Amino acid sequence: MSLSSTQTVRKSWLDSAFKNLTLVNAWLVLLIIIAIIGSLAYSASDTFKTQGMAFLWRDAWDVGANEYGALGPIVGTLLTAGIAIVLALPVSFGIAIFLTELSPTWLRRPLATAIELLAAIPSIIYGMWGLFVLAPLFAKYVQPFLMATIGKLPFIGQFFAAPVLGVGVFTAGVVLSIMIVPFITAVLRDVFELVPPMLKESAYGLGGTTWEVVRHVVIPYTRIGAVGGTILGLGRALGETMAVTFVIGNAHGLNTSLFAPGNSIASTIANEFAEASDAHLSALMALALVLFLITTIVLSLAKLLLARLDTK
Amino acid sequence: MQIQDFMNSSLYKRRQRINAIMLTLTAVAVVIGLVWLVWILWSLLSKGLPALSVNLFTHNQPTMGEEGGGLKNAIVGSLMMVGTATLITTPVGILAGTYLAEYGRNNTLTRVVRFVNDILLSAPSITIGMFAFILFYFGLGLGGHANSGWSGSIALAIVMLPVVVRTTDDMLKLVPNGLREAAVALGCPYWKMIFMICYRSAKTGMLTGLLLGIARIFGETAPLIVTAVGNNFFSTDMSQRMASLPKVILDFAMSPDDNWRTLAWGGAMLITLFVLFINISTRAIAARGK
Repeated sequence: MSLSSTQTVRKSWLDSAFKNLTLVNAWLVLLIIIAIIGSLAYSASDTFKTQGMAFLWRDAWDVGANEYGALGPIVGTLLTAGIAIVLALPVSFGIAIFLTELSPTWLRRPLATAIELLAAIPSIIYGMWGLFVLAPLFAKYVQPFLMATIGKLPFIGQFFAAPVLGVGVFTAGVVLSIMIVPFITAVLRDVFELVPPMLKESAYGLGGTTWEVVRHVVIPYTRIGAVGGTILGLGRALGETMAVTFVIGNAHGLNTSLFAPGNSIASTIANEFAEASDAHLSALMALALVLFLITTIVLSLAKLLLARLDTK
Repeated sequence: MQIQDFMNSSLYKRRQRINAIMLTLTAVAVVIGLVWLVWILWSLLSKGLPALSVNLFTHNQPTMGEEGGGLKNAIVGSLMMVGTATLITTPVGILAGTYLAEYGRNNTLTRVVRFVNDILLSAPSITIGMFAFILFYFGLGLGGHANSGWSGSIALAIVMLPVVVRTTDDMLKLVPNGLREAAVALGCPYWKMIFMICYRSAKTGMLTGLLLGIARIFGETAPLIVTAVGNNFFSTDMSQRMASLPKVILDFAMSPDDNWRTLAWGGAMLITLFVLFINISTRAIAARGK
């Protein structure tokens, strides 16, 4: 051994110290998420004690009478996110196909960057823009048009009949859809690029058109990843706060019309947190816990699907 | 000619037609995406530029009905909280990312932390804010009030953390193993190898991650609604309520006061331009590095 023993000892001491330092910080990330769930559950426990589990499916929100039920906000959250997915999916899909299959190479980067910039814009900006620019247009043109067309249909019509305010569940869904397009597009682009060129070339060799290759080779090959990307977008839409708070109208209670004002879990918290105390505060904590658990489950599902793709 | 017959067949024409229609639709989708972006930016510029003046940076927020005024207290508050959050998150995020990429590589802990980190990355920021609120509300000896600059900073730090962890991990994984082996073969201790070789090679990428994290929390509003809350006056006391740009924009935008609304658009334009500037410049740096 050419190394003197003191040198070796000092080296290994620094080495293990640094290693342990990084280890502690890695654990910290894990502890934070456990602490979030734990502290929300602790703060929400009062609500589940006084309101029972019925808190989850009861439609009541009366601060004066200390009656709380999460059904309204939960339905609002799911509805806005659902509308967002339905609207965002075809657009993201089209953009991803265009960027991977059709776009000339020199245009790819600037186009992709422009779409990704949509994700960088802070959500409060989407909220302001939605409230002051989009909502008036919706009230003036889009909603009367939809009421005059889809609104006249039997059964489906009731979802599109309401006072024309511009703000409401539908508008919130539209704004959310713009916000999640870049996330879904990014995943779709990544998975489309995983398709082996050989597969596509053979389909072209058989005389397939570009669309046929996309439809019969690219889509089936990337199905799992595409579903994962969509769920990722859903997870984002579920937890979005500011954009929804601005345009959803903030009204408690269930309503059959998508044009009517409503609220989501996040918007309820954002609106009421400042004035809340005691039982009210605990009810908001319970809402936050529900939201955190829903998004965690949804995002985990997306992660698992996308991870399956990586190992392929 | 058989080929001619084929080209004239109705099936062939139908397939060509469907192809043209679908491909046009994908182009339409791109246009839709671009229209949203241009429309939002146009709205911000057309409504925000009238508010842009030196006063925006040198005057505090006005009371309702008062003319003029600026956003100095909010800008200073935002910078202080974002700065504090960055100081907290940078070492934690880089060290955690270092463990994932250098020590743990593919062990169970690393896989779990990567998974959890990605969940945290997309978790609703308002629930993270509420966690910071609870942390201070129940004391825990942290000092400061639950509604204070400190609680706001902690909330922002947790929102920023997963961005830094993720990019540090990703960037360190890109460092070629040959470089590490060369250093270790020369007798370099492991920690020194990480500092002198890995960090140095991944420097640009890690900096990009930090900048993107800062850009992300600069516009964050939801966690601040439940933590720092806002302050109508100029204050640099982190243990008290603290003003921030996004919160002032929220309050002013929702008000009936014209002057307040103009200032809200001015602030919104400032935040967006700052965030987009960081995003575009980090892309430029990354592109040059390739």
